[in-house]
Amino acid sequence: MSKTMSLNELTLSDARDKLRAKEITAIELTEACLSAIEAANDALKAYLVVTGDKALEQAKKSDERLAANAKDARALEGIPLGIKDLFCTDGVRTTAGSHILGNFEPPYESTVTQNLWDAGAVMLGKLNMDEFAMGSSTETSYYGQTVNPWRAKGSDENLVPGGSSGGSSSAVAAGLCLGATASDTGGSIRQPAAFTGTVGIKPTYGRCSRYGMVAFASSLDQAGPITRSIKDAALMLQAMASYDLKDSTSVDRPLPDLEKALTQKFKGLKIGVPKEYRVDGMSKEIEALWEKGIDIYRQAGAEIVDISLPHTKAALPAYYIVAPAEASSNLARYDGVRYGLRANGRDIVDMYEETRSHGFGAEVKRRILIGTYVLSAGYYDAYYLKAQKVRSLIKRDFDDAFETVDVVLTPTTPTPAFGLGSKKDADPVEMYLNDIFTVTVNMAGLPGLSVPGGLSAEGLPLGLQIIGKPFDEATVLRAGQVIEDAVGRMPIPEPWWAGDAAKPADNAKKKAEAADNAPEKKAKKKK
Amino acid sequence: MAKSEIDEATVRRIAHLARVKVTAEEAKSLQRELNGILSWVEELNAIPTDGVEPLTSVGGAKLHMREDVVTDGNKPAAVLKNAPKSEDGFFLVPKVIE
Repeated sequence: MSKTMSLNELTLSDARDKLRAKEITAIELTEACLSAIEAANDALKAYLVVTGDKALEQAKKSDERLAANAKDARALEGIPLGIKDLFCTDGVRTTAGSHILGNFEPPYESTVTQNLWDAGAVMLGKLNMDEFAMGSSTETSYYGQTVNPWRAKGSDENLVPGGSSGGSSSAVAAGLCLGATASDTGGSIRQPAAFTGTVGIKPTYGRCSRYGMVAFASSLDQAGPITRSIKDAALMLQAMASYDLKDSTSVDRPLPDLEKALTQKFKGLKIGVPKEYRVDGMSKEIEALWEKGIDIYRQAGAEIVDISLPHTKAALPAYYIVAPAEASSNLARYDGVRYGLRANGRDIVDMYEETRSHGFGAEVKRRILIGTYVLSAGYYDAYYLKAQKVRSLIKRDFDDAFETVDVVLTPTTPTPAFGLGSKKDADPVEMYLNDIFTVTVNMAGLPGLSVPGGLSAEGLPLGLQIIGKPFDEATVLRAGQVIEDAVGRMPIPEPWWAGDAAKPADNAKKKAEAADNAPEKKAKKKK
Repeated sequence: MAKSEIDEATVRRIAHLARVKVTAEEAKSLQRELNGILSWVEELNAIPTDGVEPLTSVGGAKLHMREDVVTDGNKPAAVLKNAPKSEDGFFLVPKVIE
């Protein structure tokens, strides 16, 4: 950590403790985040909307509560968070990265965000994402491309922050909030977390209410946090999760104290290592990362068990039937009548077609058409039903594995972050391969975590994935803590993005470093 | 699984079913991309699924029941707040019946 560390660089849990000990105030913390956003957002484009006034108002209320009696402080009292633009926020523009939602201002609040405000959290603004969460790089957003705060050693090429929760991962990694909400349909929390050296957890399907989340594929979508530490992820998930009558798939099952679970006994846990994840052409680097994770567990007293998940390879193609099918149905609601964009047309059908043609981007149209095709008369059994049957087999694989192991360890992604625009001309399927290690978890509805496992040869973060039994987020996080303890938390990268709005001291430092061949210094710092 | 190459006419038919207007150029590239995706998902043919039940719900949780009463509503202003066009408490659409 830099010695001139400012408050926005604190972990969520440290900030919580300092707020309660009255070492800092919520206003100071919020202001630190808002100035960090101002200095960084032109370069990183993580925030689509910054709600500074609302944030300061909430922070003031938290300070009053903390001043009256720190014991009355709620779980996230005074903690400034960023919100993925997929969560409806009352009166604050919510676009899901799509032109078709244009200036949509929800007249209601999503359950997940309401839970966070009820826990005392402060809203900094809305974060960029792939359009309707369809993408792995945040490049399909209608509102511009978010940039990863990490760069390869000695390079000034801009990299993607992963996706679809790329605004969330970029903002958290750069210290533009203390944590962010995200959502995960095929890997959209875990892959961006892996690309940015952050922690991301997708809980068990049904843990977090989907009420007020813009729907992509309803049987796969789950909300979860992206944070800078395992403990922070535990604290945020605790506040986000709830049983909610407004979501019929929300599950009424108590969530144990996740923070407490982090300190519980680990020794003797059984870690499954699935051979099918050793995919063809897996890079040496990813293999080495995985081995390192296995070693860490062995040394922590866990038992390593080789397991088989035979239908792993089928998960991705099955996902690319199920998800577009559900998406084509969910996105039928964008008709230019009730909210969002409306284009002119000769008659009502022409109006629908023009509206949807102008309002949706290329990737969204592609998936709507695939979904419509696989659900159309004569093809339903061949594609959709087949994929749902394969999904049963994938779930059965995990059920069998969890008879003998407590968690499963895999890499999160097949590669580190890639260059912005570098896959522009690639086949859509090539981009889909980003999700190869993560989609199985959504297909089976399981909890999955990505935790930083180390750096690539180029100095870019790599993530390890921990998959758990249904509703056993506690053990997943406990296992994640073991990796974090061994590897260490990833630092906030040297702020190459800080513009003129940055503090004078930072600017002077930046200039000095630029003159002094920054990359070496950066490398040292990442150690 | 149906072994099928979709042609441009099929792309247009699906696009119309999905109420998305596509240009001739878009139809051509969509045809190529959709065929690419469909031939990739055909990998699933190799997996035997006879007698396997389709998975429709991962949680397996029963849907909860509640009293059949009105729990929300009477918010016409909120409902119409984001409407592109509305009048007298109604959504406005192009003429549907001649």
